[in-house]
Amino acid sequence: MLQKITVMGGVDKNGHPEPIRRLDIHPGEVLAVVGPTGAGKTQLIADIEQYREGEAPTGRQVLIDGHPYAHDPLNPGPRHLVAEVSQKMNFIIDTTVEAFLARHARVRAIASPETVINTVLTVANQLAGEPLSPTDNLTRLSGGQARALMVGDVALISNAPVVLVDEIENAGIDRLSAMAILSAHGKMVLVVTHDPTLMLMAGRRVIMKNGGMHQLHRTTPAEIAIMETLAAREKDISRLRDTLRSGQQITDNVPNKETQETWQAFYCTARSTSAGRSAR
Amino acid sequence: MSLRFVIVAGPPSSGKTSAMLHTIAHLKKSGMPVAACKIDCLETADDRRYRQLGIPVAIGLSEYLCPDHFYAVNLEEVWSWARQQNAEVLILETAGLCHRCAPAVEGCLTICVIDNLVGLETPKKIGPMLSTADIIAITKGDMVSQAEKEVFRDAVETVNPGARVIHVNGLSGQGSLALKRAILATRPLEKITGQALRYSMPAATCSYCAGETIVGGSFQMGNIKKIDFGESESCCKK
Ligand SMILES: Nc1nc2c(ncn2[C@@H]2O[C@H](COP(=O)(O)OP(=O)(O)OP(=O)(O)O)[C@@H](O)[C@H]2O)c(=O)[nH]1
Ligand SMILES: [Zn+2]
Ligand SMILES: [Zn+2]
Repeated sequence: MLQKITVMGGVDKNGHPEPIRRLDIHPGEVLAVVGPTGAGKTQLIADIEQYREGEAPTGRQVLIDGHPYAHDPLNPGPRHLVAEVSQKMNFIIDTTVEAFLARHARVRAIASPETVINTVLTVANQLAGEPLSPTDNLTRLSGGQARALMVGDVALISNAPVVLVDEIENAGIDRLSAMAILSAHGKMVLVVTHDPTLMLMAGRRVIMKNGGMHQLHRTTPAEIAIMETLAAREKDISRLRDTLRSGQQITDNVPNKETQETWQAFYCTARSTSAGRSAR
Repeated sequence: MSLRFVIVAGPPSSGKTSAMLHTIAHLKKSGMPVAACKIDCLETADDRRYRQLGIPVAIGLSEYLCPDHFYAVNLEEVWSWARQQNAEVLILETAGLCHRCAPAVEGCLTICVIDNLVGLETPKKIGPMLSTADIIAITKGDMVSQAEKEVFRDAVETVNPGARVIHVNGLSGQGSLALKRAILATRPLEKITGQALRYSMPAATCSYCAGETIVGGSFQMGNIKKIDFGESESCCKK
């Protein structure tokens, strides 16, 4: 099994060496890739996927378990290094969920396909708002159902050691659970995101700027606390959504004093964190 | 005078030109002189797209001839043209091949470009064009899920287990670096004269080859093959 992927720094858009010279990624790790649009997030992912060998434009080198990948036509390397959960929201193959998963499991030579397929369905149902059944047609799944199924499939059937999650925020699924499921199955998860909860859910984040890897931060305990607050908030919101959608009314005038305090605490922490950083 | 002769084939709009434009850009960056030729049936706009790279470009239109045969009889000419341009890599893109045909030639690197959207049965239907290729470039992976990509790749590899599969995104160029490397790793060919097609062309010598347009047995001569409908059902006889 793959133990480590290393990205050796190259150059940014101006040809200056990028500040981060070495980035090691390990199985079970979630790494957020953040930065404004055009900062080089997609290129970094593309470099990993193509196992760059110090070639233009970025000059990065990608090592697999410490070795440069030899481009030997007889040994084309891992079949799928990177599996993607992208913005794709629908399937195009016209068959049932069950039949398709069975075929994919066969392609991956999975020993006990029934068990795996059941687990994929359980996972998908846990993530999607609306339940999906094995006999549903793939092409008729809603966006949320399709995404949920894609996550379950990538976690359990696809054998790529690296998973790239691209802007999953609009997916209509429980994205925090999705990340947890992916990393729990020993994947190296790279999340390209603009969503603070997801950024902080990752153990580390690399900040892209002007085409280069600019900074690498480990998520601090204070940030983890904020993430937990944010996640709890989201749970509240989704519970509220379900309540309202199911036709219920809320009549109690719930005092939200408690919530306000939490948010004050949040802003204080945020301020002190950024102050701490600029002082350094 | 040697040349890396690269044949690029695949169903219409599969992304042949898009994939090769990125690949040629990488080749040029490595200082490799490239020429491109497109063989098509009636018309093509691909020459303009190749020309934007500032490389020598030629076009061959088969018009009233079978494009497969037109292709085969022009290989030597395409070779000489590319040599005159001082190219060291020639990209020959062909379209319009019938699904009975395969353009692959011994000693030439043959790339079959097929997209993820055509369905799981299509690799089987494409037949020899796919099964005789050295490299299969699968495009439009951005349009499907990871699971579909993997299942489609398997369908492709079932038809041609020996080929190297490369996923290429014709829009972003992802994967074209691997194509460039494969081209550079190909041993240049000393001459194309005498090389064998990996799959024979279908015969086509009937009255329609000579311009006949009227339907009916009495207007047909030459190589005529009729459909065998099998035994007719007894219920219809009464
Ligand atoms: N989404 C997506 N579109 C692609 C990709 N590759 C090519 N296309 C699009 O598909 C269409 C056809 O691409 P071409 O490169 O012209 O295909 P071709 O095989 O050269 O076409 P002909 O020579 O006309 O048969 C164009 O609109 C491309 O932009 C890809 O990887 N993803
Ligand atoms: Zn074309
Ligand atoms: Zn004929």
